Amino acid sequence: MEPIMAVVIGVIYATAIYMMLRRSIVKLVIGLILISNAANLLIFATAGMTRDAPPLIPMNGGPMAEVIADPLPQALVLTAIVIAFGVLSFAVVLIRRAYQIVGVDDMDQMKDTDT
Amino acid sequence: MKTGTLILSVAAQTLVPLQVLFSLFLLLRGHDEPGGGFIAGLVVAGAFALHQFVNGPEATRRLLRVDPRDCIGFGLLLGVGSALPAWWQGEAFLTAQWWEVPGLGLKLSTPLIFDIGVYLVVLGSVLTAVITLTEVDKDET
Amino acid sequence: MQIAVLAGFALAILVPLLSRWCGGRTGLILALYPASIAFWLVSLAPEVLQSGGIYFEQAWAPSLGLSLSFWLDGLSLLFGLLISGIGTLIIIYASGYLHGHPQLARFYVLILSFMSSMLGVVMADGLMTLFVFWELTSITSYLLIGFNHEDAAARKSALQGLLVTFTGGLALMSGLILLNVVGGSWSLQTLLNDGETLREHALYLPMLLCLLGGAFTKSAQFPFHFWLPNAMAAPTPVSAYLHSATMVKAGIYLMARLQPGLGGTEAWTTILCVIGAITMVVGAFLAIRFTGIKKVLAYSTVMALGTLTMLLGIGGEAAMIAFVTFLTAHSLYKGALFMVAGALDHETGTKDIDEMGGLCRFMPVTAACAFVAALSLGGVIPLFGFVAKELLFEAVLDAPRFTGFLIGMSLLASVLVVAAAGIVALRPFFGALKETPKTPHEAPPSMLAGPCVLAGLSLVLGFMPWLAGDGLLNAAAGAVMGTEVVTDLYLWHGLNTALMMSMVSLGVGLLVCWRWPGVRGVIHRFSPVLDRGPEAGYWKLMDLLVRVAEWQTRLLQSGYMRNYLILTLLSFTGLTGYTLLVRHGPVFDLALDVRLQEVVVALVIAASAIVACMMRSRLAAVAAAGVMGFGIALIFLLFSAPDLAITQLLIETLTVILLILVLFRMPQFSSLSTPMERVRDMFVAIITGGLMTLLMLTVLGQDLFTSISEYMIDNSVPLGHGHNIVNVILVDFRALDTLGEIFVLSLAAIGVLAMLRLQAKERKTP
Repeated sequence: MEPIMAVVIGVIYATAIYMMLRRSIVKLVIGLILISNAANLLIFATAGMTRDAPPLIPMNGGPMAEVIADPLPQALVLTAIVIAFGVLSFAVVLIRRAYQIVGVDDMDQMKDTDT
Repeated sequence: MKTGTLILSVAAQTLVPLQVLFSLFLLLRGHDEPGGGFIAGLVVAGAFALHQFVNGPEATRRLLRVDPRDCIGFGLLLGVGSALPAWWQGEAFLTAQWWEVPGLGLKLSTPLIFDIGVYLVVLGSVLTAVITLTEVDKDET
Repeated sequence: MQIAVLAGFALAILVPLLSRWCGGRTGLILALYPASIAFWLVSLAPEVLQSGGIYFEQAWAPSLGLSLSFWLDGLSLLFGLLISGIGTLIIIYASGYLHGHPQLARFYVLILSFMSSMLGVVMADGLMTLFVFWELTSITSYLLIGFNHEDAAARKSALQGLLVTFTGGLALMSGLILLNVVGGSWSLQTLLNDGETLREHALYLPMLLCLLGGAFTKSAQFPFHFWLPNAMAAPTPVSAYLHSATMVKAGIYLMARLQPGLGGTEAWTTILCVIGAITMVVGAFLAIRFTGIKKVLAYSTVMALGTLTMLLGIGGEAAMIAFVTFLTAHSLYKGALFMVAGALDHETGTKDIDEMGGLCRFMPVTAACAFVAALSLGGVIPLFGFVAKELLFEAVLDAPRFTGFLIGMSLLASVLVVAAAGIVALRPFFGALKETPKTPHEAPPSMLAGPCVLAGLSLVLGFMPWLAGDGLLNAAAGAVMGTEVVTDLYLWHGLNTALMMSMVSLGVGLLVCWRWPGVRGVIHRFSPVLDRGPEAGYWKLMDLLVRVAEWQTRLLQSGYMRNYLILTLLSFTGLTGYTLLVRHGPVFDLALDVRLQEVVVALVIAASAIVACMMRSRLAAVAAAGVMGFGIALIFLLFSAPDLAITQLLIETLTVILLILVLFRMPQFSSLSTPMERVRDMFVAIITGGLMTLLMLTVLGQDLFTSISEYMIDNSVPLGHGHNIVNVILVDFRALDTLGEIFVLSLAAIGVLAMLRLQAKERKTP
């Protein structure tokens, strides 16, 4: 499955970067959402993808599966998802604020306004 | 400001308390099964966000009683505070400490306190953003 | 021990409250802290002297071998006593000097933090502990020097001090790391016990230079001496404290501490003797050039620091005894003199010696203190300064290398210092009365306590040097030497060469003092040369820094975000792609093991990402991104990550709420780019995305190293008491990371709040 995910991740990265390069500031937000998802998937998929073996140890002391999914990248991605949301909300509000003050949504014009 | 439709507001009345309960359940079982501070915090934040869409930000603030900002601060305090007992024991910073509550068979631990801290921070952060945004929105219109 | 050091910081936090409750008496209450530290140190003294040191350790990050560890031996004890003892007097003094100052509380906060940091420096055993406290002294002293922050000159001097000491701090850090690399330990005690290894290692010289770089900048050795006199912009209590017993002595302390491990080599002796001697003479010479009373004292401090460095360079028992004695004597009389200078400034309104005269009638107590302290500074019998000076001359006469040079330099310096002492103590108090901006009168008792105690100690220890010498100074000298030292101190050493040198310097010095205006005139002719000193170099360097910064900003910062982005991405793809192809080549393991539903989900994700960036309406784009998010949640679910799936779903929901709240207040998507730009951007996007795919495929094909997850899986239940390994990692094994992450989250939320609240306020008050 991993090679397919590699291609999917490449596609998400490409779309994210394309959106981030646009001049319209609203598109930047979409780009941010895409790129954080791409990064999360990358970490998750690179560690190897295992089916039907969540990193839980049976409560009743029963035997564990031979191979279980790697818990560490899961822990990393879990916080990354939440942090990405925090950063996104910050960015979105920042952009909204910038738009209100400057009154343009073109990144190129924003450069020249020293307000 | 009542913005919700009838269906939404009726649904919210039942859903919000359920979600809050569910989040506590997720929080407490998180150490052994899927769940934990992050997830539980998001669930409860979702609950209050729903409540806010139905009843408006003032009502949500009333329901919460505390400012979500204070939740952030208190959560961070718990997070940092849970790191200190280990120090007291002469172990490295943040080493987990476990205590049995006699009679109940309940385990109290610094990781649990830490997780509650995470829960409060997530709850506080999300709600701060959502409620403030709604309030500012309302001011503008 | 850690409580003693850290209590100062805790107390500093409480100062604002305390000053609200206690008003003017805050200072006296706060002075209890250093006083209790001093008593505590005295009570520990017998134990320290007997056992050779007390050790304390608190594990911090044991996996890295780092811990918070303190070590109290003779040298630390001496420094600790000076810091806490003089600190007590300074706080009492400041409560008088800054009486009624609106920001007195801030002063107390800073001085307490500074005091704690200093105590930390002299008691630290771990290299990192030492470094952290060292930098803390730099930061707090910066704030103290710049205390009058509305004064541009004070700000400038503070910044200068900060830059010089921080540059040194960087050198020190490299030195300490080298020390760790060479000696294989983070503990000073362990390292210094194995001096042989250190001295014979190939990295000895670079290590020594780095460490000395830190010490020299801190202790204002030539050519870094210029920041110290400039730091006189601080309020006088600060100068008195920083420059008598503490801040500048930190560098001296460091050298003394390292002496048993690193000292005694040719490089050590040469550098310390030469630099020390030069600093000594330059300091003493510049001291008599100025008329500002604090400047004179500041340069005489530079002289003293040079002397101390020189003594460390000479090495041997005599020099070490001279070192600790001179150190103590200097702290006592210099503290007293600075406080006297402050009293003069406070009561007359001027700092210029030329404008003062005949003040002994109005300020008899101050005059007496100044007189006694200056005699000690000049090294006149029967004061403690005399004992120190005798020992100094004896050590220099016995110096194994550079003997002639060192004797000449010492003699010259002491002539000039006698002159400086005379200038400070005689001129303002005797002679014709002069008009001063304020009508002079005696200083309040709180401001007299300090000088009286310190001058008194100089006198008492002069008559009875064995009081300090037998226990404390011998132990301190022993700690510097690395072996036990037993030397008795006497006031009268008999008629010997050292005494002759003392007499000569006294005579010539007084002559210089008497003809001072004339001497200054002669020196003044050399001003153009003197102004070209190291300080000019410092300003040139600062200018250069600003110009380079401007130039590279203009070159690199175009102000268009996409230019930065494209530049970054192209360098990334270029460098990484090149390395990948050259080092590894396109070797992939494309073994596929898939199920139909998984492929469908993957396709949905990819398709919705593409759709999200083709949509012309915001709603559609957000919806497509949402579909992608749910697809990812499904992937998490299919591949054994239930926690992730739940989190992703919840976050998707919240993201939609957020975007609805914000995005639809924003304008519609607009088409701004030309087709050419689109092609260019698409190119960048596709090669970056392609590289990511290639990278991932390459990584999948090989096992780079064993995963640390095994440990976590095995220990989740036994150590973490949890069955959900992901959660155990989050709240236990890697809790520090999580702690950092919730801080980030909080910051983001507070940022959002701040931006929105600010906006709401602006609207209300247009």
